[in-house]
Formats: sequence, structure tokens, C-alpha cells
Amino acid sequence: MPEQPPPHEPERAVAGTGMGGAMDLGAREASTLEGAPGGPESTGPVALRSSAASGGRARSLWSDAWRDLRRNPVFLVSALVICFLVVIAIRPSLIAPGNPLTCDLARAQDGPAPGHPFGFDGQGCDVYTRTVHGARASVTVGVCATLGVALLGSVLGGLAGYFGGASDALLSRATDIFFAIPVVLGGLVLLSVVTSNTVWPVVGFIVLLGWPQIFRIARGSVIAAKQQDYVQAARALGASHSRILLRHIAPNAVAPVIVVATIALGTYIALEATLSYLGVGLKPPSVSWGIDISAASPYVRNAPHALLWPAGALAITVLAFIMLGDAVRDALDPRLR
Amino acid sequence: MAEPSKLAKDDEPKDDATPNVSEVETVDVTTEEEAVAALDATVERGEPILQVRNLVKHFPLTQGILFKKQIGAVKAVDGVSFDLYQGETLGIVGESGCGKSTVAKLLMNLEQATAGEIFYKGQDITRLSGRALKAVRRNIQMVFQDPYTSLNPRMTVGDIIGEPFDIHPEVAPKGDRRRKVQELLDVVGLNPEYINRYPHQFSGGQRQRIGIARGLALNPEIIICDEPVSALDVSVQAQVINLMERLQDEFNLSYLFIAHDLSIVRHISDRVGVMYLGKIAEIGTDEQIYEHPTHPYTQALLSAVPVPDPDAREGRERIILTGDVPSPANPPSGCRFRTRCWKAQDKCAEEVPLLAIPERFKGTDSPAAHESACHFAEEKDVVHAA
Repeated sequence: MPEQPPPHEPERAVAGTGMGGAMDLGAREASTLEGAPGGPESTGPVALRSSAASGGRARSLWSDAWRDLRRNPVFLVSALVICFLVVIAIRPSLIAPGNPLTCDLARAQDGPAPGHPFGFDGQGCDVYTRTVHGARASVTVGVCATLGVALLGSVLGGLAGYFGGASDALLSRATDIFFAIPVVLGGLVLLSVVTSNTVWPVVGFIVLLGWPQIFRIARGSVIAAKQQDYVQAARALGASHSRILLRHIAPNAVAPVIVVATIALGTYIALEATLSYLGVGLKPPSVSWGIDISAASPYVRNAPHALLWPAGALAITVLAFIMLGDAVRDALDPRLR
Repeated sequence: MAEPSKLAKDDEPKDDATPNVSEVETVDVTTEEEAVAALDATVERGEPILQVRNLVKHFPLTQGILFKKQIGAVKAVDGVSFDLYQGETLGIVGESGCGKSTVAKLLMNLEQATAGEIFYKGQDITRLSGRALKAVRRNIQMVFQDPYTSLNPRMTVGDIIGEPFDIHPEVAPKGDRRRKVQELLDVVGLNPEYINRYPHQFSGGQRQRIGIARGLALNPEIIICDEPVSALDVSVQAQVINLMERLQDEFNLSYLFIAHDLSIVRHISDRVGVMYLGKIAEIGTDEQIYEHPTHPYTQALLSAVPVPDPDAREGRERIILTGDVPSPANPPSGCRFRTRCWKAQDKCAEEVPLLAIPERFKGTDSPAAHESACHFAEEKDVVHAA
């Protein structure tokens, strides 16, 4: 049976049969690279783009993902929002020079007024200033708790899923125990003994109770990924565990972790609010969206603006992170390009 | 091919007694350096390069969640011995679940053998580790069955084919790798321009070519092909098979070709082994196996091969086996095939048949004189019967 080139493959490539010797094909390189016809027409714009760029520098998943992200409006918008949040979290006085603790009870629950675009809350504090200043605590809790949970959960989950055995059994049973702890009750017990009025005890508590969720997801997707043939192929090549984990398993197992972590970020900010409401999170005079939301909720009918502005800020923050996570997840999947 | 060296005259025939295979010349090494150096030895064409002896793989069956206790074992591979000669293609056929793929994984050291030895150039690779094992991996590579799962979807073709060079940096200097990858793409009949593409942008046949290019990257001596074409369309199968034959000649490769498609195995193989339930039932040259099978299982398999000739098809005898393959966790005593064999007698349940040239054909020039693990081996021309 004569060798027939599959459709869409240049004849030239298949014709290169009669070379003797081993991989010593250097002399053929020039003829190989010049005059190679363009890619097949059948695979559409992706193919054209790839073949146009080939022959240039090597591309990898990460460089391609970054190229993809830079053109993705969802990513650009969410990154812009997050950058803005980070800036006002670091320097709230840039856009809100007032003091969030300067309140005038006489103006309690008043609506917007000149110089006070968001109105006043139940204590007569300026809602605009408090919302801007509250970003620091909320963003810190959300981002730090999510990073901590994602790092701890995915590293432990990844190792447990990959290596299995006794440590996996032990860690998996440990997550069962953590799942059994009710969040609010656990927060009341653990945080009530903490006297420090900063976000760090809250972050620590969320990481402590949050990691099992990511652990389970990471472990599951690592177990699914490690049974794939390409992992076997890498093992057959003699790849080390770290190479297999970082190059083959992590990129293929990270998507569900990103999705769950970005959604969890919102719940962590809300959890900070819940704990603050119960009096064990941040306490006044700290400023956070959670404190303001819980403080405004009793008189939502009289002064809805006092609730809506911090709640809106919270919603936008959560949405920005979820969109960012989505964009990153999609960029890491070449099949979606 | 295989020289029948000596017959095992043990009083107690072991399950895995294998009188047919050649003598293993082991290499004595004490240090890792010596082991690595010994792997560079050249093997003449026609000499055994890989010698598998009494290979056993049992997967334990356990019960209990926290305190596991073993309640049995799936005997996936149960005493397999064969030689792979330099430059030849040894086909292994058998139905699903007979242990073919497990043999491949054992040869690649992807699974740890329960017992038995695999000698590569005289060294037992089941006992190697560290640098010596890595050196073996350079020389024995694998092509996987499913081209859709054997390529990492998140790596470019350049990264996939170039990964062997990252793991074995001594093979290609860093600046040279991209060129080498493009050469490999060319060798397997793909456009070298495709280097920056991802696997999903290719068809199944093209993906399998990428898998073959990855296997070739380290310039190995042996390629284990685990059903390399069974996931492909028939027309693409022919292309890939022809490519593999061409590469074998170009790079002087030895293939262990695992498949369940008898005609493809016949097309590519010099010798063929037939596996049933973790054991080799019959082994010989392709002519011996296909034209002069002596094991009833081989005969039954061959009688199921489609014949593209309506007249011949009408006339030939179909051997229809009854029942299912027994569970490899609880294989039948004696001959494993006896539960489905029309020739089975009491002896078959008591005595394990050795994989040896049947007495009646011994010393004759008959093509039926090849190793067959049957007490009642006899020729039966099932392919041409009319």
C-alpha cells in the first residue's frame, strides 16, 4: 500500500522518506523551512494565525494565554476594576479625602447632598467616604483569604491526589472534620477569644475553614488528570514528579480551582460581613463594607442608600474577580481559542 | 527465529515454564555508571534485544476502606516470556482484557512487575532505578493507543515533541531543540510549520503522528506500540502503519506491536504472539501463526477474520466460541482456554500446557513446528478452509 498523505498535508512533508542514518537531519533543515506552504485552510482563522507566527519564537501555554487575555475585553474590564479597587484600598484618601469616622448624628439617614453624593447612614456618617475606605478591609479579606485557601487547598489537594496513599487518606479524613465545623459557630468560638481588631484573624479563620473545599476539588481534578495517557507518556519519558505535576497535571487541573476560588472570594467578603455583624469580625471603629451593610440593614426601608452603596461595591468587586477567573480559565484552555 | 534451546524437564511443570526462549546473557554491573554504560552496547540485527521471562503482574483486590485487606488478585499477566529481536516487529494479539496493554506498561516500567524479569541488553530493567532507568527510558519508547488522550491538550506540539529533550538534555543542546522538533515533524509527515499548534487542531491520524514523533525524539531502539491505530479510521490506519514501517527501516527500530486487529498485525509483524487471559497461547512467525495455527484459540480467532471474498467466505468453517472469557481474578485451572475449547479433556484441567513446540511436530520442517501452549495442538487451516 503506498503511503498517502492525509488530506490537508503538504505533499512535500510526506515525500521526505529516503533519509538514512539516525536523527542526523540537519542538512535538510533549510529546505524544510523555506517554501513550506501555509497551513491548511480547513482549520480556519486559528490555523492561519498559528502558521503566520510559526518559524518565529517558540510559544507556550502561558505566552499564548497572556496574548489571549490582552485581547479579551472581559479580562481588561475586570482587571481595570480590580486595579482601581487595589488603588483605593491602598490610598482611599485619593478619591475620598474625608474621615470615615467623622459623623454628624443630626444628618442620620439623610439622602445625597452636595459633597456627600451617597448620602448619610444611620449614624450620620458619609456613606461615600465609608464605602471608599471600607474597600481596604473587604478587599484584603477577600483576596488574602482566597489566596490562602487556594494555595493551601490546591497544594495539599494536588499532592494528596497525585501521590495518594496514607497521607491522602489522612488529609481527606481531616477535611471531613473541617467540613463538620459550622462556619458561624466556629467563628463565634474561635474569633471571640481574639482581641486584635484587624482583618488578619478573620483571614486566618477563613483559610482554616475554607481550604478543605479547594482541597477536595483540587484532589479530584488531579486524580482525573493523572490517569490521562499524556501523564503516562511523560512518565515513560522519565519525567520527574515535579515536572509531571507542574507541566502536565497543574495546567489541566487548575480550571475548577479557579472557578470555585473566584466564587468563594465573594462569599469570603460576605462572611467577613456576617462575622462583623455578629460582633466577632472587625469591630467599629474599623471600617468595612460588611460592617456598613449589617449596620444599614435594620433601616433599609428608611435609608436604602446606606445599604445599597456598600452592597453594590461588594457586588462589583465579586463580579470583577469572577470575571477575571473566567477569563483566565478560558485563556488556559487552547481548545476555546 | 527463536531457537528452541532446551526443553524444561522439570517434574513439576511450573505455570510459567518456558522452554522455547533463548538463553539470557546477563551483564554484571555493580555501579550505576556501569549500568548506564552497558546500555550503550550495540545489538546486532537478529539478536535478542529485549528478553522477557516469566513476567507476572497481579493487581491486588482489596476490601475495606481504612484497613485494607487483600482478598484476591486480578492476574492480568501471568507468566509471559518472549524475545524481541533487534530490527523485528513482534505482534501481540488477543482480545480485550487478555493483558496485552499491561505487558506494554510493564515493559515501559509504568507498572511494577509482581514477578519475572525483563532483560534489556542483559540487564533486568525491572530492578533498575535512578540514572540507569532513565537511560533505559531513552532507548525504549511507547506510542499510545488513543491519540486524543495521549497528547497534553495544553501544550503546543513543539512542547510535546520537545519535552523528551527537556528531560534528557544530553540528547540535544538547548539551541538545537526547536530545529530537532521540526525535523521530527517532517519525518512523520507533518508540516514543520505546525510547531506552535495545539493538539486539538489536528485530526486523529495527525495526532498519532505527533505521538510517534515524540516516541522517536530520543532516537530509541525499541518502540512499544500499544494499539497505535485502533482509535483511527481504516484509511488513516494504513497511513500510520506505513509510516511506522518506513520509520522502522530508517531508524532501525524494533517494534513490539500490540493490537487486536489480526490483519494489521499480520501486515506489520515478523513474528506474532497470541495472548489469552494473561498468557501467551501461541507464538511464531506470521506465516506459522496465520497459515498454520496449532492452538485452538488462534484458530478460533482467525476464523473470525473477515474474508473479502464471498465465495471463500461461504465455504470456510467458522469456529464460534461459547461463553465468555473467564475472570482473570479466578482463571481456570490447567489450560486457561479449556472452558471454551472444543478439544478440552481431563488433562487440560489438570496440567498447564507448556508454551513449546508440540511433540508431534518437533524436528520436522513443518511450519506447524512453532511454540503452542496446547496439549492437543494440531494444524487446522481455518483461513482457507473450503
